[in-house]
Amino acid sequence: MGRYVARRLLQMIPVFFGTTLLIFLMVYSLPGDPVAGLFGDKGASPATIEAIKHKLGLDQPLWKQYWDYMSGIILHFDFGTQIRNDRPVTEVLGDAFPVTLQLATLAFAFELIFGIGLGIIAGLRAGRLADNSILIFTLLIISIPVFVLGYIIKMVFAFNLGWIQPNVSNDQLWSEMIAPAVVLGGLSLAYVARLTRTTMAENLRADYMRTAIAKGLPRRRVIGVHLMRNSMIPVVTFLGTDIGALMGGAIVTERIFNVKGVGGLIAESITRREGTTLVGLVTILVIVYLVTSLLIDLLYAVLDPRIRYA
Amino acid sequence: MRGATHAKWAALATAVALAATACGGGDDSGGGGGADGIVSSSWGDPQNPLEPANTNEVQGGKVLSMIFRGLKEYDPKTGEAKDMLAEKIETTDSVNFTVTVKDGWTFSNGEKVTAQSFVDAWNYGAALKNNQKNAYFFGYIEGYDKVHPEEGEATADTLSGLKVTGPQTFTVKLTQKFSTFPDTLGYAAYAPLPKAFFDDHDAWLAKPVGNGPYTIDSYSKGSQMQLKRWDDYPGDDKARNGGITLKVYTDNNTAYTDLIAGNLDLVDDVPAAQLKNVSADLGDRYINTPAGIIQTLSFPFYDPAWNKPGQEKLRQGLSMAIDRNQITETIFQKTRTPAVDWTSPVLGEEGGFKDVCGDFCKYDAAEAKKLVAEGGGIPGGTMKISYNADTGSHKEWVDAVCNSINRALGNNTACVGNPIGTFADFRNQVTTQKFDGPFRAGWQMDYPLIQNFLQPLYYTNASSNDGKYSSEEFDKLVDQANAESDIPKAVGLFQQAEEVLRDDMGAIPLWYQNGSAGYSERVENVTLNPFSVPVYNQITVK
Repeated sequence: MGRYVARRLLQMIPVFFGTTLLIFLMVYSLPGDPVAGLFGDKGASPATIEAIKHKLGLDQPLWKQYWDYMSGIILHFDFGTQIRNDRPVTEVLGDAFPVTLQLATLAFAFELIFGIGLGIIAGLRAGRLADNSILIFTLLIISIPVFVLGYIIKMVFAFNLGWIQPNVSNDQLWSEMIAPAVVLGGLSLAYVARLTRTTMAENLRADYMRTAIAKGLPRRRVIGVHLMRNSMIPVVTFLGTDIGALMGGAIVTERIFNVKGVGGLIAESITRREGTTLVGLVTILVIVYLVTSLLIDLLYAVLDPRIRYA
Repeated sequence: MRGATHAKWAALATAVALAATACGGGDDSGGGGGADGIVSSSWGDPQNPLEPANTNEVQGGKVLSMIFRGLKEYDPKTGEAKDMLAEKIETTDSVNFTVTVKDGWTFSNGEKVTAQSFVDAWNYGAALKNNQKNAYFFGYIEGYDKVHPEEGEATADTLSGLKVTGPQTFTVKLTQKFSTFPDTLGYAAYAPLPKAFFDDHDAWLAKPVGNGPYTIDSYSKGSQMQLKRWDDYPGDDKARNGGITLKVYTDNNTAYTDLIAGNLDLVDDVPAAQLKNVSADLGDRYINTPAGIIQTLSFPFYDPAWNKPGQEKLRQGLSMAIDRNQITETIFQKTRTPAVDWTSPVLGEEGGFKDVCGDFCKYDAAEAKKLVAEGGGIPGGTMKISYNADTGSHKEWVDAVCNSINRALGNNTACVGNPIGTFADFRNQVTTQKFDGPFRAGWQMDYPLIQNFLQPLYYTNASSNDGKYSSEEFDKLVDQANAESDIPKAVGLFQQAEEVLRDDMGAIPLWYQNGSAGYSERVENVTLNPFSVPVYNQITVK
């Protein structure tokens, strides 16, 4: 087990460098000049553009820029400076990540509790009314685009009923985050419910289930331990990869609810060609993905004792 | 089981409602009413550090308009340049100016505003090493080529044309005659700076200190800035509210919904998608006034195919093929006004706004078709109008312009749009002369003078002359106008230059952009100045 974890951690190093290099190259091959863009529609002094580029190191050859950037991150935890307003990227990330983490946590809790809950109900009553209505409900959620769902929730709950604030304020209160979290977690909730339902319905017919019932175990134990534990593997896989998606992919939801998080920052950095900010964001998201996928692989062994890591 | 699901939803919703009501009271848009009431206003993250000579867009401009006052201040209604800190600005030859700064003004940290405060600030703004984006504003002052050379290292630290001659007086020497120079001094780049700016630059940037009617109370970058009224402010335009809270929004739609929900007092950019609902949502609490912004189509005069003699008829014909009225009504919901010249209505008639374009800016399909044919037709048979597709509603109007041209010319392939993914890429291609057809151009005035709408854009090799338009006659008239010390005569000469521009159709004027704003029932006396920035100090809270 220890050796397995060590090996996985070592594997992260080339993945980390590979992804950052790829993103770095991709950003710098985008057309356009981010420094000239700062001047708006007005003519820019070429001397000032040169000077700004020199200050930010953008006049260096690409390999040197990448080298300086990576050594800055690894040696000093320095992600560079934004082109846009001279802010250090660490400060920008430090503002955006806590907000996103807050939103992602709520959304994750929402999809975990309601997704698995609905899945269990549907799985245990496969083919009956509850199952069918949950099927329709999840299909509906999957088919509604996120921005439609976002605006509907905003309109109904904030304006027609007046129960919630339409936007997240600058204080980022937990109560304000509920609506965006429901929208963000909605789609995944549907997937989790469908996955849980299918595996549970299948495993209900498994031999070990019949054995457990035949042994006279109480129903709670049969379902809670024997059935759940075996049915959770695909669900856990999905939930794990979803953490990364919740953190980085909330662009639309963040925009609708005025959440100043990572998703909006990524979109903005792409249009403004803010290389340092974008690579910094992606670097952290890559680490999140790597760590969660390791945790999930380890969870497999807990859920299914037959899986062993040497 | 469905009932149970519903119960869960209801429980969740109730929890949300309880939480929302519990936490709603602490919002900072509350504050007291009356003279001490705080106004909350929508904001975007400023693009540049908040240095006066480094701010070239509206979001940073909002802050500067509150914390700085310069030698001149533009009247929020008429745009006229009026003395603010200037006691007097004298000249006999339109080259050498003597500026006397009023006594009794201080920065909010107590430091006196002297002639030195201005000279230091201007030298800082001009110097190449400080990377200030508005450095070109100091380009008329003698010695600029030394502190900000086009290439290579600067050979001087200060502008030789600026000399402090007394505690409250300094002289300015320009490189050429420029009679309206004093009227440009209301622009934020010319603001004075306190010693603290130079002594501890980082601390100053974290919390800028100026001499305007407001002081910055707190500033958290990327989310909000709280400004408080400065009670000891010596000027006449004291703040009539207790302070302004600028809140950053992800886009103008969310800001608008917060205004409707009562969490925000002022939105200064009503989203295009909401324009249809504005009168129902806000009634008369919606403002739509002209701003000093004009949109044009520029031509690639650097391309031989677009720079042949006789092609002025082609350009005039294209101008007449654009149905400006229809496009401004249907696409912009009247937040744009069809253009009749190359300046802006905010200048007023005295300032030089006049229907110079005449019939050339009116839609006339038959005449357009005739002129285009006389002008040799569209080079290559099809022209591409280039624009950036990432912001604004450029795609919509470019497509509409092309439809209008194609319809007028009876040719479905005469004009097509050419979207460019990002603004940075678009500007890159514009400044490196990559486009082989017309491209969109927009100009937001720096100061309300007719000179600012003509010289930087159409003078030979001027800084923003992206299409490389060039006309000896136009240049000559502009030079004459700048040398003319009698202002009405100077304006007349600029208008003559504009007529030259019309006869060449150096760029097609499309429409003037309006500034729009909506406000809550809590506040009154909300107006926008000609720069489409709200006049914050006049807002009162009920």
